[in-house]
Amino acid sequence: MVWVNAVIQGVLIGGLYALFACGLSLMFGVMKVVNLAHGDLAVLAGYIAIGVIAVTHVPVLWSFVIVVPVMAVLGYVVQRTMIQGALDRSVLTTLMVMLGLSFVIENGLLQFFTANTRGIGTGLSLLTASFSIGSQIQIAYLLVVIFATAVVVLLGLQYFLSRSKYGRLIRAVADDREAAQLAGADYRHVFGIAAAIAFATVALGGIAYGMYSQIYPTAGTDTILLFAFAAVVIGGLGSLWGTLLGGVVLGVAQQIGAQISISDEALAGFIVFLAVLVLRPQGLISRRAQS
Amino acid sequence: MTGPRNGGRAEPGTPLLEVRDLTVHHGQLRALDAISLQVFPGEVYAIIGANGAGKSTLLRTIAGLHHPSAGSVWFDGADVTGLRPERRAGQGIVMVPEGRRLFESLSVEENLQVGAAYARPGPWTIERVYETFGWLRERRRQPTAQLSGGEQQTVAIGRALVANPRVLLLDELSLGLAPVVVQRIYGMLPEILATGLTVLLVEQDVSQALRVASHIQCLLEGRTTLEGRPADVTADQVEAAYFGLAGAAPARQPGEGSEP
Repeated sequence: MVWVNAVIQGVLIGGLYALFACGLSLMFGVMKVVNLAHGDLAVLAGYIAIGVIAVTHVPVLWSFVIVVPVMAVLGYVVQRTMIQGALDRSVLTTLMVMLGLSFVIENGLLQFFTANTRGIGTGLSLLTASFSIGSQIQIAYLLVVIFATAVVVLLGLQYFLSRSKYGRLIRAVADDREAAQLAGADYRHVFGIAAAIAFATVALGGIAYGMYSQIYPTAGTDTILLFAFAAVVIGGLGSLWGTLLGGVVLGVAQQIGAQISISDEALAGFIVFLAVLVLRPQGLISRRAQS
Repeated sequence: MTGPRNGGRAEPGTPLLEVRDLTVHHGQLRALDAISLQVFPGEVYAIIGANGAGKSTLLRTIAGLHHPSAGSVWFDGADVTGLRPERRAGQGIVMVPEGRRLFESLSVEENLQVGAAYARPGPWTIERVYETFGWLRERRRQPTAQLSGGEQQTVAIGRALVANPRVLLLDELSLGLAPVVVQRIYGMLPEILATGLTVLLVEQDVSQALRVASHIQCLLEGRTTLEGRPADVTADQVEAAYFGLAGAAPARQPGEGSEP
C-alpha cells in the first residue's frame, strides 16, 4: 500500500513539475533558447507574490491574478530586449545571457529577502487539508488543485497553439522563421509572446511551489530548473503533454526512491532522467510522433 | 519617368519595382555586381541564368532577406532597402521561396492562414485559393509533408497569394519537380495575373521562362548579360548569355543583330 501511495503522490507532484517544465520546453522549441534562468523566474514570481500579499493584503489566490500577468509582461520585455539581442549574436551569447540573468535574480533575491526559506500560506483551510483513502493513503487537496491547474494550463496552451492566430504563428516561426517573415510575421514579436507564455506558466509553478513547499533564493537553480530539465528530457522536447508525462514519471521515481530511503528521493529521479537520456534521447513522447 | 535601364521598353509610368545598382556579398564572394532592373505593373519579369549566377540572391535581396553592400531597392516610388522582410510583405512584396519552405508541422489550411495573417486587402482569400486550386479543399486538414512536391508548390503559391501581393516573387518554381508538373504550375500563371498582380520570377529552366515572361534578364556571375523581350532575343543570344560564351559579355539590347 505504501507503494500505491508513493505512485499517487508522485503523479500529483508531477503536475507541479509540468508547470515548471512547459515554459522551458516552449522557449527551446520556438526560439532555441535554453533558459537557464527559468527556475529563478519561478522563485522570483513566488517572492513577488509574497510581496504583493504583504503589501496589499489581497487573499492569497488573488496574488496569481497580479503576479502572473506581471511575469508575462516581464517575459515579453526581457525577450525583446535582452534575449533577442543575444540571439542575434550567437547561441553561446544567449546561454551566457541567460546564465547572467540567473545570477542577477538569485543574488538580487538574496539581497532583498535574505537566504531564509519562505512559504506562501494559502490562507484557505481547504487547501491545507487532506483526505484519506484507506489508512495509508493521504492526499493533500493542494496537490490535487496544483495537478488540476497543470492540466488546465496544458489544455489551454494546446488550444491556444492549435487554434489561435498567434498560436499558429508561434508554430510557424518555430518551423521556419524566414518563411514566416515572408508571410509578414515579425518573428521577434512572436518570440516575445512565446516568452510571455513561458514566464506566466513558470510563475504559476513558482507560486504553487511556494504553497506546497518553501522557496529560497537559490531554489531556482538547485531544484526547479533541474526538475524542469528532467521533466522535459523524460517527456520529449517540444511535446506539451510530454512535459506532463515527464513530470509524472519524475515525480513517481522520486516518491518511490523516497520510499526506499528518504535520501534517495532526488537521486532516483535523476537516475530515471539519465536512463531516458541514454536509452531514448528523443524522450518518451517525441515531437514527430505527436504530430 | 522611364529610366534609362528599361531595356528599350515603351511602358508608360513609373516602375512598380526598381533595383538600382545592387551589389550583394556573401562573405568575400560578390554574388551580385551592380544589378539594375525595372519591373512595370502587370509584367511577368523573368530572371534567368545558370546555377550560381546570383538569381536567387537577387530575389532574396528584393524580399529583404539579404542586405546589399551597395545599391537600393525601390517599390512603388519609395526606397525599401532598409525595410525588414515582414514590412516589405506588408507593403505587397511577397515571395514564394526556393524549396517551397512550407510550415511542416502545420496543415495545408494553417499554412494558408499564416499567409493571410498579415494580408493586405485584395482579391485573394483562402476561399479564393480553394476555388482556384480545387483539390486543395479536400486536403486542407492534411499535414503538408503528405503532399507531393507539385502540391506543396501549389500550397506555397497559395500561401503567398492570400497575402494579396502587388508583386509576387517566384524563386525557382520548377526546382525538383517533374516537367509535366512544372507545366501545370506555370499554367496557373494567367489566372493569377488576371487578379492584377505583377510577377518577378527566377528560373533555371530557360524555355519555361521564355514561354511565360514578357521580359527577361539573364545573369551570369552576378552581372547582367542579356535583357529584352523574349520575342526580340534569339536562342543563340540566350545561350551565349546563359553560358558566358565569347562575344556575349556586353549586354546586348534587342535589335542589335544576332550574329554568334
